[in-house]
Amino acid sequence: MAKKILTEYINVPGIDTFEVYRKHGGYTAVEKALKTMTPEEVVEEAKKSGVRGRGGAGFPMGMKWSFLAKPEGVPRYLVCNADESEPGTFKDHYLMKMIPHLLIEGMIVSSFALGANKSFIYVRGELMYVIRILERAIEEAKEKGFLGKNILGTGYDLELVVQPGGGAYICGEETALLESLEGKRGNPRNKPPFPAIKGLYQSPTVVNNVESISNMPWIINNGGDAYAAIGVGRSTGTKLISASGHIRKPGVYEIELGVSVDEFLNSDEYCGGVRDGHYLKALVAGGSSVPILPAHLITKTANGEDRLMTYESLSDGGFATGTMLGSGGFIVFDETSCIVRNTWNFSRFYHHESCGQCSPCREGTGWMEKVLHRLEHGHGSMHDIDLLVDISKKIEGNTICPLGDAAAWPVASAIRHFREEFEWHVTHPQEATRPGAVYMGSAALV
Amino acid sequence: MTEAPNTVAFTPERLAKAKEIIARYPEGRQKSALLPLLHLAQEQWGWVSPEVMDYVADLLSILPIEVYEVATFYTMFHLDPVGKHVIEYCRTGPCCLMGGEDVYGYLREKLGVEAGQTTADGKFTVKEVECLAACGWGPVFQIREKYYMNLTRERVDEIIDELSK
Repeated sequence: MAKKILTEYINVPGIDTFEVYRKHGGYTAVEKALKTMTPEEVVEEAKKSGVRGRGGAGFPMGMKWSFLAKPEGVPRYLVCNADESEPGTFKDHYLMKMIPHLLIEGMIVSSFALGANKSFIYVRGELMYVIRILERAIEEAKEKGFLGKNILGTGYDLELVVQPGGGAYICGEETALLESLEGKRGNPRNKPPFPAIKGLYQSPTVVNNVESISNMPWIINNGGDAYAAIGVGRSTGTKLISASGHIRKPGVYEIELGVSVDEFLNSDEYCGGVRDGHYLKALVAGGSSVPILPAHLITKTANGEDRLMTYESLSDGGFATGTMLGSGGFIVFDETSCIVRNTWNFSRFYHHESCGQCSPCREGTGWMEKVLHRLEHGHGSMHDIDLLVDISKKIEGNTICPLGDAAAWPVASAIRHFREEFEWHVTHPQEATRPGAVYMGSAALV
Repeated sequence: MTEAPNTVAFTPERLAKAKEIIARYPEGRQKSALLPLLHLAQEQWGWVSPEVMDYVADLLSILPIEVYEVATFYTMFHLDPVGKHVIEYCRTGPCCLMGGEDVYGYLREKLGVEAGQTTADGKFTVKEVECLAACGWGPVFQIREKYYMNLTRERVDEIIDELSK
């Protein structure tokens, strides 16, 4: 059985209450950190663990913490990014609703490490019911003396505030999130200065994903080295994978980083394989933003090696033949899926979610959506396919925040690996627009 | 110049809640309460009218434009009146892979509306939204705070019938 750090007790009845969570070892990390460790020692354990940002960027959390500026007399903030909005990703939603105290415990030890006395959990507004679960859990923790003034008599004060978003994917970008938390439109900021220097209210700020922070109680209890011993190479620890699409068992799974893609996709412990009577066509391994892979590059790399669920193995081959672990949004497509239609769908998403600040993204996402719409609806030309590649190149790298890249990569990769299918939409407009019709190579239709 | 009397006001309970929310933020940072207050307003009135935005601006001692620019940026705020039940269905990739297009088409047909419209009896508004972070349980829609997951045509019938009572 694989190691479970986050989800070991997730199905215990009543685990969302303080009492049951406490019975299963909850809040011992707060006692240990606040009573026996210095903030610097907590940061050191986070560094040793090698845990990387679980929101998608994969930046080492301990290192991010060490960049935090500490000028005298200026408050510092920890902000938890619970704006989970990347299509294909629903792990934080699941974790927070099932075991809210885990995140709260992680927030306490992490805030202590950073010297923050007021910390925020920014949750996407659609999850108002989860916000109520978190607020109830915070009240419980406060009643038991784990939050508020002079926690456990140690002299450390911490207040936790849960902030609702308003329905904007862009607020998952950390500086857009900070703008939003200040009551403004979610327009990403120019960097530098980075949030570690000037973040929330122009004060030094760390922004971390829900899952990243939720690892901290285990890291404190067991040590950063024990965490780093799990996984492969620089992909340490476990990762929550949100599995969706054409599989037998969709859901959230905690894996040890390093399990093979084949095992994750096909074993009964995880996805249970492609749904009955169908076969694999494509995979988006890390949320809608990462490059889509065709069947032959999913379980094996271009070199014929087993593809593993790690940051490194999934990106093996670069964008030519690889992809990214991203947020762990694992979307499986069987042979009934139309790649052109799905690419159009994703492009519509990015067009809708572009904040409009940078021209290449604001205009480019709209053009891509329009061109993909006409290809999917039988009005496209061969030139349109090249036009899409051209637009994607002109967005990528030319925007303040990564939304531009996130919009460009799905389009560029779909054409890279499924160009024939796009061409077929041009040469066979009538078949292509028949409901449910899908390109199946040179021969038949599904 | 005289201004029209402002008749918009939170219920006493919500006003107390609004004050509690405003007090969460550091001194001088009360604008941070804007999104929570807009949610609170939408909870009371169902949508966010210009008068409501002015009222919220007043509560936070900020300019009305600071509220307008925010309310129009975030897609959760309804800027026009809506029906009694607002059904917001997820139109993004994974939900569509699970048959979302068929289920949502059926929903619109059953209610006789297109996305963005309200039924003639004012009971239902149907809106298209992007990913609701429930991809493994798709197709999904949301009515107020409640998620309805693993939707099928039959489930849609049950839900609409129940809410129509």
